[in-house]
Formats: sequence, structure tokens, C-alpha cells
Amino acid sequence: MSIINNIWRLYFDGFREMSSLGRKLWILILIKLFIFFFIIKLFFFPNLLERDYDTDEERAQAVRTHLSVPDSPQPFNLDN
Amino acid sequence: MQDLMTVVDWSRWQFALTAVYHWLFVPLTLGLALIVAIMESIYMRTKSTVWLRTTKFWMTLFGINFAIGVATGLILEFEFGTNWSNYSWFVGDIFGAPLAIEGLLAFFMEATFVAVMFFGWKRVSPRFHLVSTWLTCIGASISALWILVANAWMQYPAGMEFDPAQMRNVMVDFGSLFSGIAINKFFHATLSGWVLAAVFVIAVSSWMLFKERNRRFASRSIKVAAWVGLAGIILTSWTGDGSAVEVARHQPMKLAAMEGLYNGHKPQAISAVALLNPNKRWDNNEPEYLFDISIPHGLSILAKHDANAFVPGIADIINGVEINAEGDTINTVSYAQRIAIGKEAQQYLRDYDNARKAADTLAMTQASTSLKETFKYFGYGYLDSVDEAIPPVALTFYAFRVMVIGGGWLLLFFIIVLICIYRNRWMQDSHLMQWICFLTLPIVYLVSQAGWIVAEVGRQPWTVQDLLPRSAAISNISASSVVITFWMFAIIFTILLIAEISIMCRQISRGSKTNFDKV
Repeated sequence: MSIINNIWRLYFDGFREMSSLGRKLWILILIKLFIFFFIIKLFFFPNLLERDYDTDEERAQAVRTHLSVPDSPQPFNLDN
Repeated sequence: MQDLMTVVDWSRWQFALTAVYHWLFVPLTLGLALIVAIMESIYMRTKSTVWLRTTKFWMTLFGINFAIGVATGLILEFEFGTNWSNYSWFVGDIFGAPLAIEGLLAFFMEATFVAVMFFGWKRVSPRFHLVSTWLTCIGASISALWILVANAWMQYPAGMEFDPAQMRNVMVDFGSLFSGIAINKFFHATLSGWVLAAVFVIAVSSWMLFKERNRRFASRSIKVAAWVGLAGIILTSWTGDGSAVEVARHQPMKLAAMEGLYNGHKPQAISAVALLNPNKRWDNNEPEYLFDISIPHGLSILAKHDANAFVPGIADIINGVEINAEGDTINTVSYAQRIAIGKEAQQYLRDYDNARKAADTLAMTQASTSLKETFKYFGYGYLDSVDEAIPPVALTFYAFRVMVIGGGWLLLFFIIVLICIYRNRWMQDSHLMQWICFLTLPIVYLVSQAGWIVAEVGRQPWTVQDLLPRSAAISNISASSVVITFWMFAIIFTILLIAEISIMCRQISRGSKTNFDKV
């Protein structure tokens, strides 16, 4: 229990007593992660196979169709 | 097809952009972590507050770089799922496993001990703090190991079997991921991080000497960095030699492109300095170089560790010509044959698909067996001509020379810096020497990026060597969506880079005004 408490204190006191540079860097990290995960990933970079198919079997079929008949249009599209 | 090429090209530019930006941060993290760990070890041994202040200063710069660089590599994984969905499915758990280990084990290890490094000065024992600093350094390198293992598998796919039912490569031998290419790539890339960070420390310290501030602090820092840099550049050269041998063995086309070599000889010279002939093609008789200074036997020694070995050129590889150690000409599989075998493999995949739809188990087994036998050249089936299998020769050739000539300068640089810092006061008093140190900073970044250009451009057109060219790996997305996100990334990463440079400069300037030299 004291180990958990010590770890908690390390982080809690660490953040509380952080320098202005440290705070600035943390704000930068959080803004960056927000942009990456909640804007870029969500709106611009969906995993197309995950989004458009429910099962791995369907995903495999989609890739098989495309790779075995290279000129065939893929059954998924970013504009869907 | 035209639109597809545009999507491929924009997706490649986007991937290159994000990878280049990511690699601006990574090597500094890898190398600075080591330098800080060494400085803290010296502090622990000497108990000198001067070394404590030195450690803390560089640790702060490490923290800035770590904070701004962290997670920039995630963008590359986003791109796999959207721009390169066929690729990301095709590589299956081979690629997924190392990246998952990297995320779960190495990154969390690194992140946990980074917290102790920055928050733990007064809360944990000095010994535990030192261990945490070293574990951060080791964690960063282990993190790089898994990424580089995944990259190496793309260059030399091994330890897997393709399963047409899952349409993925399935790992059958985890140990094969640690191929010669992977081991050399890991050490080559990680050690190059030592070199880059060493130049960074020397350049910043030289600025302090230039401003006549904290001269003892700067000299101490330069000594540690120069030794790390010298060890780093020697070991990087050694692993570079190992990489060349592996490339000659598994990616001869890349080696030929690195040398601009179209027709190999036995023995084969290496061009130290050369100007490529832009009119040279693999199937014409134009000379390879407009001008060159060659070292006899050089490429035979570099690629085969045999002064008289034959090294095939681009035309030899395309025509399937090789000369063995006894000097006999032997025929390998020509690229025209590979394309034919690749198209045959595609037909087996179609047969498998039809049999599967008809629930014909016997036909599925037959198609699967035939596919397995021809799978080695599966990717060539997507090429319409052998020309498509040649990487961009000029970019690979010149990037290789930037890397090697720049690496040679760095070796000389660290020797000069060590002589100057120990033997006399040139380093402290010579503005010329200090300027040389500043100017070497952009050079080391250029050399570092050139190394990746050689590795990645030289293996084109493959996303997975011989198995999946980029035209088959791409998703069916519109070029305009890639163009939008390309510029979005360009802006975001440029802002991050400006933030990094401005925060670093401010911190260095503030640090230089603090008296680190007081005892």
C-alpha cells in the first residue's frame, strides 16, 4: 500500500510542483494528442477495413478481391 | 490508373513527410538519453554539484525534445489503416506484433521512468534515480528495436507463411524477425542517434564558449559528447558495413541503385565521387557516369567482403545474371520471369477465391499449394514492365554519398574536437572551431535523413520486398483527401518543429545565463 502511495505522491507532487516549462510542455503534449486522436484520427484517418466490414472474413475477402484482380475497384471508399 | 498513381504518389509523399519529421526528434531522444545517463553516472561517482547541474541542464533539453517528439510516430500508423489498407491487412500480425510490443512494453517503460527522471530528484534515492535514467535510455532503444524490426521485415520478409484464407501473412517463426538486416538496422539507426545527439551537445556547448559563458560546463559537456560521438560513429560505420553485406545478399537491386551500377564486374570498383549520367537506362549502352573517381575492388569488398567478388548491376539483376565465387556465369530468375511467375501466383489466388466461393475444398487446397510455390515472386505480378522494378537511382545514389561522405566528416570531426578539447585551448578560444561545431549540427541531421532515404527509396517499388508493390498496397481513396491531410501534417509538424526550436533556444539561452561553473 505504501508503494502505491509513494507512486501516487511522486506523480501528484511532481505535477503540482512542476516548473513553468514543464507545464508548457504538458499543455503542448495534450493539445497534440487531442489533435492527433480527436481530429486527425477521427475525421481524416479511419481504418477503412475496420470501418466498412464487420468481420475479419469480410475484410479478407475485400483484400483478396482487390489483390487477385488488381484492376478491380475496391469495395470500400473514403467517401462512403 | 492515372488517379491511382496520384494517390500512390501523394500517399508516399505524406508518409515520407511524417517519417522525416518523426526522425528529427527520435535520434536526439536516443542519443541524449545516453549522454544524460553518463553524466548522471559521473555525478553519482564524484558527488560533484557541478556534474549535477550539468546533468539537469541536458536532461531538460532531453525532456523538451521527448515531449514534442512523443507520439509523432503514431501518424504513420494512422496512414497504414487509411492510405495503405491492403498493406496493413496483408502484413498481418508480423507487423502488428512488434508494434504492439513496442507500444505496451517499451513505450510504457520509457514513459514510466521518464516521470521518475523529472519528478524523482527529491523523492527517490539517488541510486534509484540513476537506474531510472538508464532505464529510460534502454527503454527508448528497445522501443526503437521493435519499430526497426518491423521495418526490416518489410525489407526482408522472413519467418511467415501466406494464408490465402485470411489473406494475411502469418508468423511461423518469431525469431526470424531478428534477421541480419534487422540487427544491423537496429544498431545502425540507434548508434546514429548517439552521433546526432553528440553533435547537438557539442554545438550547444560551443555556443556557450562562443558567448564566453559557463566555459567549464561547456568543456565538460563537450568531452562526454565527443567520446560518445566517436564511439557512435565508429560503431555506426561498422554496422553500416554489416548492412551493406545484408543488402547485397537480400536486396541487390537496392545496392545497385546505391552505386548507380548497371553492369557489374568481377572485381567491382566503387565510385567515391561521381556524377550520374541522366540518360543511362538499364537497356542502353550509355556510360553510367559522366564523371567518376573510383576505388578499385571497393564495392566487391564492401558488399561481399571479397576483393574479387562479382557485384551485379541493375541490368544483370533484371536479366538474371550472376557470377559465382568460382567465376562461372550462372542464371538466376530474370525479372521478366518473375513477372510471369507473379501473374501465375495471382491466377492461383483467383482460383482459390473461386474454389472457396464454390466450397470446393480440394480445389482450394490445390490452388493454395500452387500459390505457396510461386508466392516468392507474388508482388512482381502487379508490374507491367521490368522498368517498374527499378528504384529511383539518382536519389538513392546521391543520398548514399551524402550519408557516407557526411559520416566520414563526422568521424574526423569528433577526433578533431577531442584533440582540441584535451590538448590545448583551441576549442575554448577558437571561434573558427566553434563555428565548425555549429555548422556540423545541420550536417548531422542531413546525414541522418539521407540514411533513411537510402533505406526507403532504395527498396522501391516495394512496400514488402518482392511481395507487395506500393500500387497494390494502396487504398482506393481520393487523391484530394490525401492532399488535404498532407498539407495538414506539413503545417502541424512545422509548428511542432518551430515550438521545439524556440523552446530549446530559450532554455539554452536561459541556461547559459545561469552559472553552472560555481562549485
